[in-house]
Amino acid sequence: MFTTLLSGDFPRSRVLAVVLVAILAGLVLAPFVFPGTRSLNVAAKVAVFVLLVASYDLLLGYTGIVSFAHTMFFGIGGYGVGIAMAKLGAGWGNLALGSALALALSAALATAIGLLSLRVRAIFFAMITLAVASFFQILASQLSGFTGGEDGITYKLPELLLPGTKLVETPFLGVELSGRLANYYLVVFAALACFLALLRVVNSPFGRVLLSIRENEFRSEALGYRTVTYRTAANCIGALGATLAGVLYAIWLRYTGPDTTLSFNIMIDILLMVVIGGMGTLYGAAVGATIFVIAQNYLQDLMALASAAAKGVPLLPGLLHPDRWLLWLGVLFIVCVYYFPTGIVGRLREK
Amino acid sequence: MAEALLALAGVNTHIGQYHILQGVDFEVPRAGLTMLLGRNGAGKTTTLRTVMGLWQASAGAIRYDGAEITRRTTPERARLGIAYVPENMGIFAGLTVRENLLLAARSGPPDDRRLEWIFRLFPAMQRFWHAHAGNLSGGQKQMLAIARAIVEPRRLLLVDEPTKGLAPSIIANMIDAFRELKRTETTLLVVEQNFHFARSVGDTVAVMDCGRIVHAGRMADLAADDALQQQLLGLSLQAHQ
Amino acid sequence: MSHGSALPAQRFDWLPLALIPAIALAALPFIPSLPTWVTLTVAGLAMGMMIFMMAAGLTLVFGLMDIMNFAHGVFISVGAYAATSVLLAMKASMQADSLAANLAAIVPAVLAAMALAGFLGWFFERVVIRPVYGDHLKQILVTMGGLIVVEQLIHVVWGPDIIPLPRPATITGSFIVGGAAIERYRVLAVLVGLAVFAAMWLILNRTRLGLLIRAGVENREMVESLGYRIRTLFVGVFIAGSALAGLGGVMWALYQESVNAQIGMQMMVVLFIVLIIGGLGSVGGCFVGALLVGLMANYTGYLAPKLALGSNILLMVLVLLWRPRGLFPVGRG
Repeated sequence: MFTTLLSGDFPRSRVLAVVLVAILAGLVLAPFVFPGTRSLNVAAKVAVFVLLVASYDLLLGYTGIVSFAHTMFFGIGGYGVGIAMAKLGAGWGNLALGSALALALSAALATAIGLLSLRVRAIFFAMITLAVASFFQILASQLSGFTGGEDGITYKLPELLLPGTKLVETPFLGVELSGRLANYYLVVFAALACFLALLRVVNSPFGRVLLSIRENEFRSEALGYRTVTYRTAANCIGALGATLAGVLYAIWLRYTGPDTTLSFNIMIDILLMVVIGGMGTLYGAAVGATIFVIAQNYLQDLMALASAAAKGVPLLPGLLHPDRWLLWLGVLFIVCVYYFPTGIVGRLREK
Repeated sequence: MAEALLALAGVNTHIGQYHILQGVDFEVPRAGLTMLLGRNGAGKTTTLRTVMGLWQASAGAIRYDGAEITRRTTPERARLGIAYVPENMGIFAGLTVRENLLLAARSGPPDDRRLEWIFRLFPAMQRFWHAHAGNLSGGQKQMLAIARAIVEPRRLLLVDEPTKGLAPSIIANMIDAFRELKRTETTLLVVEQNFHFARSVGDTVAVMDCGRIVHAGRMADLAADDALQQQLLGLSLQAHQ
Repeated sequence: MSHGSALPAQRFDWLPLALIPAIALAALPFIPSLPTWVTLTVAGLAMGMMIFMMAAGLTLVFGLMDIMNFAHGVFISVGAYAATSVLLAMKASMQADSLAANLAAIVPAVLAAMALAGFLGWFFERVVIRPVYGDHLKQILVTMGGLIVVEQLIHVVWGPDIIPLPRPATITGSFIVGGAAIERYRVLAVLVGLAVFAAMWLILNRTRLGLLIRAGVENREMVESLGYRIRTLFVGVFIAGSALAGLGGVMWALYQESVNAQIGMQMMVVLFIVLIIGGLGSVGGCFVGALLVGLMANYTGYLAPKLALGSNILLMVLVLLWRPRGLFPVGRG
């Protein structure tokens, strides 16, 4: 059964297996083990970002193309849900409609961008996606009638998913079984299902063609693979994964805005996660996203302590200021690209 | 006999995962023209590029004018007097003929006598002095590539397939030009597929196959021995005649 | 293939150049009054010139070494910040209504900006970029990483808040020509931009160094085979390009009258559009592309402010449909 679920792609490292099981167990048990609001938010964000980063790794790690439009697709998913909920009303049908339209738009855009720029070269694609993504960001902030502009949109969800809803009168293991919990598990299991589906994609013959294109484009072309078609297809699948992640995040937050979806900072976060976790393996995305989201939420506390301790030393308190956490992750990122191109997971698998 | 100008001993070159040169040994005597022949994929171009330093030898030694140059960079080798005309000619299409030649003259603009000599060899260079090199015909580009390599006197000239894709009348011009070049101090090492051309201008010859030298000797001997040609070069070369 | 008599004369490709007046004229009927159009055109040209200064180094570095530096924007912001530090320290001579006093503040500020940006460029080339030659994927990643780190360091050194930066007295305000109000600073920006372009053109076309650079853009290997160390050349171009971006950063900061650490990243998007429009690696294309983008941004900014950046993306797509490799495609594909 595991072979089917994991598509035959096993962790191949005892430590990695333990880490992955721990992540999964943490996500599933979070409401009961870490019941606070903040920790549940962190857990849901981990689940969403695992999917988001895994879909990005399909591009970066498996296909060898750098896209800066991943947050755009993430945002399309978010706004799809948000606009549908806010304008059409909080029904399941509208939720499905919003998600479906978002997926269709993403697929169309990803195909267009792919066909326009993937035949040229990696750098070109990176530049074009950056331009298109920033255009989208501006579009979202300008069309404030639809998107709520910079403020974003808050909306209601179907009754079942709202925190006020009580599913069962009596608490279970001391935790109230509310709509919030239903929402959480919807997000976690949907993300897990998508992750397994992506695992299936990369371990299919299609995934192997992508790898061979990444290794040697010229040779693959000679073998008769239409590299542009394959890359565009990968770009499409990656975009759909990001859109689904956006849909889930919008469901969890009941809010969609530029800062939670389209912002370039999130694009940078994704890059950091995928590289630190390990490019070219979806488990790397899972590990990277988990570490990063936890660091994002808790590293700052640690740095505040360190910064206070370093008071009096010139420059050091500034470098250790909690807002400078990205500085250190950036350094780690560069070090990873140079010395550990396969990231944490690659290191674990070598052992 | 004086020491050879260029000597390769056990030279190996890898390109990516491919092992192209697998122990190349041969010498290029001073003055005169050495032909490097062989089938497609035998490693001729790789040999020239390894001598120029555009690819690094992974093992073996390259000696030039009595000193080892195996680890020298390409510009250093160029400044020792080695010039290179690649198979694709490597002319700068966006620069004029004049600018192409000016760039190759490292110690300042070439003097009139040298230029006149080049113009005699390749009259088209004078005619299209201010034309962009990209607009020249294939033969003219080849002439420019060679002219650029000899705009200043060089010790060793490496030329990769100078007759590739040229019309027979232009090949005849090339033969004349190479004969003129041989009258100078320059030593030439020329990769060629065209046996007619090779026979017309070569003094010594080395034949490569599968990344090794399989024959070395005088050009005249090889030209006179049909059986040996057949054995070393196969039919492919005959077709070029 | 023709050989023998005359070659077809080398035709300069004027068509892309004609786009500049074409866009300016096309905007004319939409804008209610001629003076407004003149004001907008001057503003567009000024913006284009500043963008050109920032982008020139990026395109040359790409042409010469096939490296796309996604962190080029940090040279812009570091230049802007360095100049801001100098200018704020010399507040008195900035506010004096005398050209000499203003210059006494501006010249050192510009020099500081160019020096710091150039130094950072040198450091970047050595430490960040050199280990990843020939690997585009790693180049993009590593330079992005560099961008993050330097942006954060700017926060550490100069603080996270926007710093207001008033222009010196003599280049504030505007004058009226035929009813059109023209800001002095914009005229200055156009003049500086033209000077930079002219200097670059002269160096590239009239000097041996320029000959080497142009040849290197076409065929690196051959330049090495002719006995020149392209590495040295490249480091020089990289430093000069970074310094130029620093200059562009100062100009831009004075134009905006403020600096923040994000300007580098914000400008990167515009720079990429300009490079793609102009053709990667082409200095002339970069110049034309920058002016087109500057004009377009100002016209649409006036007519439909919401579409300003969008119009430039549209322009980029149209150009790519017309010429898939940009207005002036450069040798290597």
